[in-house]
Amino acid sequence: MKEYIRIASGQGFWGDRSDAPIEQVRNGPIDYLVMDYLAEVTMSIMQKQKIRDPKLGYARDIIPLMKEIIPDIIEKDIKVITNAGGVNPIACRNAIFEIADKMGYKDLKIGIVHGDDIYDQIDALFEKGIYLKHMDSGESLESVKNCVYSANVYLGAQPVVAALKEGAQIIITGRVTDTGLTLAPMMHEFNWNPDEYDKMAAGIVAGHIIECGAQVSGGNFLAGWKEVPDMSRIGFPIIEAYPDGRFVVTKHDNSGGLVDQRTVKEQLVYELGDPTNYITPDVIADFTSIQLKDDGKNRVKVFGIEGQKPTDFFKVSISYSDGWTSIAKLTYAWPDALEKAKKADEIIRDRINYLGLDFEEIHTEFLGVNACHGPLSHPVDEPNEVILQIGVRGSNQAHLERFSREMIPLVLGGPPTVTGFSSGRSRPKEVIAFWPALIPKNLVKANYDVKSM
Amino acid sequence: MKVNLLQLAHARSGDKGDTANVGIIAYQPEYYPFLEEVLTPERVKKHFTGICNGKVERFELPNICALNFLLHEALGGGGTQTLRHDAQGKTLSTAFLRMKIEVPEDKAREWGLKRIQDKG
Repeated sequence: MKEYIRIASGQGFWGDRSDAPIEQVRNGPIDYLVMDYLAEVTMSIMQKQKIRDPKLGYARDIIPLMKEIIPDIIEKDIKVITNAGGVNPIACRNAIFEIADKMGYKDLKIGIVHGDDIYDQIDALFEKGIYLKHMDSGESLESVKNCVYSANVYLGAQPVVAALKEGAQIIITGRVTDTGLTLAPMMHEFNWNPDEYDKMAAGIVAGHIIECGAQVSGGNFLAGWKEVPDMSRIGFPIIEAYPDGRFVVTKHDNSGGLVDQRTVKEQLVYELGDPTNYITPDVIADFTSIQLKDDGKNRVKVFGIEGQKPTDFFKVSISYSDGWTSIAKLTYAWPDALEKAKKADEIIRDRINYLGLDFEEIHTEFLGVNACHGPLSHPVDEPNEVILQIGVRGSNQAHLERFSREMIPLVLGGPPTVTGFSSGRSRPKEVIAFWPALIPKNLVKANYDVKSM
Repeated sequence: MKVNLLQLAHARSGDKGDTANVGIIAYQPEYYPFLEEVLTPERVKKHFTGICNGKVERFELPNICALNFLLHEALGGGGTQTLRHDAQGKTLSTAFLRMKIEVPEDKAREWGLKRIQDKG
């Protein structure tokens, strides 16, 4: 067994810095590269792409990335684990095989993990009396069943571990939890059993710490952002994990950014609910057991983590169509910038009434004055400019379209010194809403397979 | 002495549906018991009047000198349907730290805090 392994985060979301994973594999030693590409809204976008073209439905950015790093990962024997497979891991694997073939790597073993996509099983589940009730309201999915775009179970680390055991160099998954991607290599390398709850919880906490990429290594760092060195080359985080569940949060020596107890603490509380009850499909972690200790420059030791038996359910994220929004902006200049923007808002609201447009909500913010902190904002006298932002939400698409046509005429027919309309009128955007539900674990079959071309 | 919470703690915020979470982290371990006493859910709910329309829940993490707050119904419907510029409540961290806190004079001196002067 290795003394320790190094697990590097290469991507905190789909659209994160594209050269971060390349730097992770080239700029220092790592054993695993893990990359998270899936936000809730991503699954619905991918499902739509797959309906249009059965060869799509995954994070396509992974293909040029693989083209770049396949020689490195083979030479250094780095395993890549990513949920870039989205709703179509098979197509994603085929696309990687295709480029690997062109590059002369014919023996590349790629594993896929799927079985998370239950979109086609919703009717069958209803017949079994599983109504995918909303986790908060308890309401049956019935009311929105006809508008569903995607339905994916959050799978845990175990099918990924199985694929690692079969020697996969790259593992492409569907909706595996972000934390599970990091836990899997620890379970595999250190032969952890799923009922070693404290160790499992340590892997999950490590996953939580690196799942948002540079947000733990100096990015979005409130306590000391001015002191973060070389932010234009910010290093993405690395977990140095030990067999007993201890780990160190760090980054490559030659990279920018900063890792200290403050950066780790800020990430620990990010998107946190009840800290004693951090539920994942693999284990329930207790964030109040986490201990931190300085371990040298850009190194924080994490230990003492406790966990409990997981629940008998998987979480399902179901996306569905829920009306439309349109958000329009105009910029007003000094003097009286705010007064002008307020007048324009008044005019638009009058127009909405006059035209009889029906919206569920109309919301106005004045950027530069109160958009972020609302009523808590301090007064600003005479700002140099104010951006008026008006948003509307409703189910009548034609009314949304009409609203979008009402804003720009204010340039010639409203208060003076207005600009910021060069990108044209706003387009109505479909609202994809989410329906969180639970499904008994025994009704979900997580699958994996590993093969070379 | 009245001070901004900004002097005593740092923070990070995020979203889960229409619920925002704000983690408040004491800069020094000795600030933590004081923050635990002062930052009651009622106090926080009042601070976020006009932003948080639901209840406020508080969880303690003494191990990292942090308090985690859940602000329910605080994101205008949340995620994809909100019309707010800050759709995910990313800036509620500093909105929280605007809070003005009364610190006993002896403690404020010991901790080297500055009296509020700005408009916040």
